[in-house]
Amino acid sequence: MVVERETRREDRTIESLVTVVPAESSPAVETIGLRKVYGGKVAVRDLSLTIAQGEVFGLLGPNGAGKTTTVKMLMGLVRPSAGRAMLLGRPLGDREAKRRIGFLPELFRFHDWLTGEELLDFHGKLYGMSAAERRRRIPEALDLVGLAHRASEPVRSYSKGMQQRAGLAQALLNDPDLIFLDEPTSALDPLGRLEVRSIIQTLRDAGKTVVLNSHLLSEVEMVCDRVAIIHQGQLAALGPIRELIGEDLAVELVVDGERAVAVEVVGRHGTVATVEPVTADRFNIRVAVQDDDAIALMIDDLVRSGVRVYSATPVHATLEQRFFDIVAGDAWERGE
Amino acid sequence: MTTFLIARLTFDEALRRKMIWAVLLLSAMFLALYAFGFQILRDDLIEFDQRRGGRPNQVLPYDVQASAMVMLGLYTVNFLAGIMTIFAAVGAIAGEIESGTLHAIIPKPLARWEIIAGKYLGFLAMIAVYLALMVGGVVLISRYIGEYTPPNILRGLLLLILVSTILLSLTMLGSTIFSTMANGVIVFMLYGMAVTGGLVEQIGNALDNDTMVRIGILTSVLVPSDSIWKLASYVVQPSIAVNLIGPNPFGTAAPPSDFAVRYAFVYCATLVVASMLLFRRRDI
Repeated sequence: MVVERETRREDRTIESLVTVVPAESSPAVETIGLRKVYGGKVAVRDLSLTIAQGEVFGLLGPNGAGKTTTVKMLMGLVRPSAGRAMLLGRPLGDREAKRRIGFLPELFRFHDWLTGEELLDFHGKLYGMSAAERRRRIPEALDLVGLAHRASEPVRSYSKGMQQRAGLAQALLNDPDLIFLDEPTSALDPLGRLEVRSIIQTLRDAGKTVVLNSHLLSEVEMVCDRVAIIHQGQLAALGPIRELIGEDLAVELVVDGERAVAVEVVGRHGTVATVEPVTADRFNIRVAVQDDDAIALMIDDLVRSGVRVYSATPVHATLEQRFFDIVAGDAWERGE
Repeated sequence: MTTFLIARLTFDEALRRKMIWAVLLLSAMFLALYAFGFQILRDDLIEFDQRRGGRPNQVLPYDVQASAMVMLGLYTVNFLAGIMTIFAAVGAIAGEIESGTLHAIIPKPLARWEIIAGKYLGFLAMIAVYLALMVGGVVLISRYIGEYTPPNILRGLLLLILVSTILLSLTMLGSTIFSTMANGVIVFMLYGMAVTGGLVEQIGNALDNDTMVRIGILTSVLVPSDSIWKLASYVVQPSIAVNLIGPNPFGTAAPPSDFAVRYAFVYCATLVVASMLLFRRRDI
């Protein structure tokens, strides 16, 4: 019961905090040959990327791949060495565009002697929000990230997770149309992660564009429409998650019976990948199939041939596997 | 608008620093001791005059002694203000880059130069308030305990603010280039050099040594704080005191010209603009 009430309160807050974005033709983010070189070392190599308005976009990559440098260039923290970029159809640094952008930095450090409320008031003024707007939105934003009860305490007294929540409130304060979240859940517990996911979903429903920078692949897989995998400063893969992962379906069977018979029957319905004994006469078969129907027919056939089926678990390829294929495969080729 | 917002935050933040309160405590202690010292000077003088049968001291008139006392007071205030300025502003930019607080500020709808301008104004306000209080304290003590009022106090105060502004400009520029620690070391070395350079110039003048004078002039071109201090100390002394005491470590009989003031303004403006240009290109 308690949980239900809590959820309802949150929904109301989100609705009043996030307004729907009117449709616009220019992409939310567009980079053309964006490049950053730090003293001879290339951090980002000619990155060209277009993110449409209303997308939830994931930037993935191993540590040091250039994700954060890319976001920093877009946020005006780092000067690109070459190339150009547009945010909301305007060049980098444009004041009007900046007014409609929210950013939660990976390194979320604030003037921590301010209270949560004072901090948001300061950032609200930086956004150029009017006093009335600030009075209305600050309590809503604090409520949204679950900090309302600590609003009048100095940020210094907050835990790391609460400081990250304050950072999120700061990023959403101006009702931005484009939101960059750099590792937004790095300091949060599982419950906090869930809350952030639900906030991102609400933003998506309102037509906002969210660029999520994360190394938590499952998180990205759950919320993002499209992802880019960046590796060694370069775009290694780009596309909708389903496309990246592929539609391949595999099934893992645990069966008991004549091994040769089982393998032969399974082979009729798909491509056998591995066969591993579990106990003396029980073994595990992994097989790639076309679709769900193939699984059902295969099990029917197995039972008719006298093979006992103990379990059949469909296994979807995950983003993680795809990620490792790209990142580790490349490392392998270079002999690392 | 944003500039004033940053200025306000900088001022408020400075007041939260323990260092500032340490300086304020030291300053209060200094003023108390100073009042006590002035009282003793005054008492001694009255006693002395009585013993001489009411004939005033012609060799060293009271005004000259009191003026020297004011000079010592202002010298200390100037020194404390300089130290406070450097300590307060040493990490103005570098410290915020190191801690990461700029990450959430730079993406906001403001230009980077506004951050520099805001911080500069915030520290300037802090310096002005501090110096107004301290110079006011010294003058009030001199007036009501020492029964002596120095001339041109307002002009002296403005010049003292200019001295600290010179140090502020230098510290801000350093803060956009170096780390907090390196900047502290560099600015203190330059400040020390300016003070020593001023002394070397005076000794050079006394000994008629051109090389020493040139060294002094060179240091006051690099860091003009000491030459403005000399001008400040000159304007708040009556001419009788200047002529009697002559050149000394705390003041001078040959003050820098108005050109020094104009140079100091150009110097500060140049350093501020340089800070803005360097910060504009800086990767955070």
